[in-house]
This record gives sequence, C-alpha cells and structure tokens, in this order.
Amino acid sequence: MSLTQPVGSDHQLARLLQIGIVLEEVVEARSAKHAEETGDELDPDVIELLEHASTESADHRRRLEDLVDDLEADTVAFEEIEMLVEAQYEADEDFDGVLYDQLCNEETAYKFYDDLIEAIEASDVSFSVDRARLLDVLSDIRADEAEGVEEVTDMMEAQQ
Amino acid sequence: MNSQAQYLKAIYLTQQQKDGPASTGDVADMLDVSPASANEMIGKLEDRGLLNHEKYKGVDLTDDGITQAREALQNYCIIERFLVEVLEVEEFRTEAKQLEGVIDETVAERLDTIIDRDPKCPDCFDAEDDVCGLLEVEVEATSD
Repeated sequence: MSLTQPVGSDHQLARLLQIGIVLEEVVEARSAKHAEETGDELDPDVIELLEHASTESADHRRRLEDLVDDLEADTVAFEEIEMLVEAQYEADEDFDGVLYDQLCNEETAYKFYDDLIEAIEASDVSFSVDRARLLDVLSDIRADEAEGVEEVTDMMEAQQ
Repeated sequence: MNSQAQYLKAIYLTQQQKDGPASTGDVADMLDVSPASANEMIGKLEDRGLLNHEKYKGVDLTDDGITQAREALQNYCIIERFLVEVLEVEEFRTEAKQLEGVIDETVAERLDTIIDRDPKCPDCFDAEDDVCGLLEVEVEATSD
C-alpha cells in the first residue's frame, strides 16, 4: 500500500508530523535501549552506529517539532514514548537482532517521509507552514534515512 | 478515494456480518461511495485474484483476499489504538479512517511496538462500532 491520498488540511498535516515525531522517538529510545541492554556484547562499530542513530533521530524530532509548533499543535514528550518503548520492549516477540531492528527503523522512517512528501506535493491545500520549508525539512530527513539504510545494510553485510 | 486495503477490509467485515457473500450495495454503504464506484473496484480486485464476484449472489474474498483484508484490518486497529493510547485523540474513529489510507503497513508495525494490543487482534474487531471490541471497553472505562 502506498500513500495516494493528498494531505487535506493543517490538522491532518500536524497529525502526520506528530506521527513522524513519535517514529523518531521510537528510534531514539530503541537504539538507546539496544545499546544499554546488549552493549557489552556488541561490536564498537555497532554501538557507534546506534549512538549516531539516536542523536540523528533527536535532531529530526526537533526539526519536526518546530513545524508542528508552527501549526499550533502539541507533540508527545519523549519521556512518554521512552516509557512506552520500555514497557513493550521485553514483550517484543519479533525482536530479531539489533541491526535488523535498526534496519527496520531506518526503512520505516524512509518510507514514511517518502509517502508524506508525495502526499504534500499532491495536495492543493494552503498550509499555515511555508510549503517550501516543509518540503525542505522532510527531504533532508528522508535523505538521512536513505543514508541510514545504506549504513546498516553495509554493516550487516560486513558482519556476515 | 478509498484504497484497495479499505475495500478489502470493508468486504471482509461485511462478509463476517452477513456470514456469507457481501452485496455490492453493502460494501458501497460501508465505504460511503456510489455502487458504481464499488463495482469498479470490485472488478479490479477480482482481476487481481482477491475475490470472486457472482451476479445476484455477491462478493466472496479468496484466501489471498482474506489474508490482505486481515492485514488491513490489523493496520486499522493499530492506528486506532495508537491514536487513543499515544496521541489521546477523542475523535479517533474519524481520524483513523483519514489515516488508514495514509499509514503504510511498515509504519503501522513500528507504531505497534509502543501500543498494547491483544494477540487475538484483529478477531476482536467490532464491525458494528467500527472499533476494537477490547479498546471500546477501555475507552468507556476511562470515561466513567
């Protein structure tokens, strides 16, 4: 399924950006949790990758928060998502390795931003936030995610 | 515009309610589209091997159609639960409908890592109320 419906309003845009923020928070919290739980067993390169992912997600989150602020909507506090990640982490039966999880994070984020950009470009709504700035921020983040997918894939291949 | 996933979900739920094939009219009503639009999409889904359509009898999902419909329903449940549990959205049914054609299944899977969902999902979905039967109980309980 791909995103074929244009973004219809400021409200919907804010909601989608809020979801983007939560996805970043999930990446940030899960990367930190992986590093904390399995740090001793991990290759230093993997730890560095997880730390970089966590820092990058925090930066993406702040850039998205600025956009959501301009749309006069609220965001979910990172601490709240961190608690939810913590609560579900142990129960996660599909957990299949740190790098695999990180690859899912990066791929999901890339797909989300790619779809969101397409839906904004397909929309003729005049948003309260400047469209060019909005698309610039989302395109930058999408490029980071594409780079992230490549980095994780390279590392997975190197470890085989 | 309704996506393939939204149609499959609607047909699946209608078939469950009727305990048999779904009529084009019922599917159109559930999605709030014209019977002509529903017919057009049903034809496309039949070409893709996702359902069988017999005149005067109705629409019957194939095994592939049922699998995809259940995935779509599960995504919808994840979106509803996410809206309620994480973003605390009151109008979660309306917003879930707007978002279900926008949230990809890979994104839904990630959102699923932070919500509390019963393993029997999507069998607990209540088609009448258009919400997870278990979530409805929790929402009512918290609003008391």
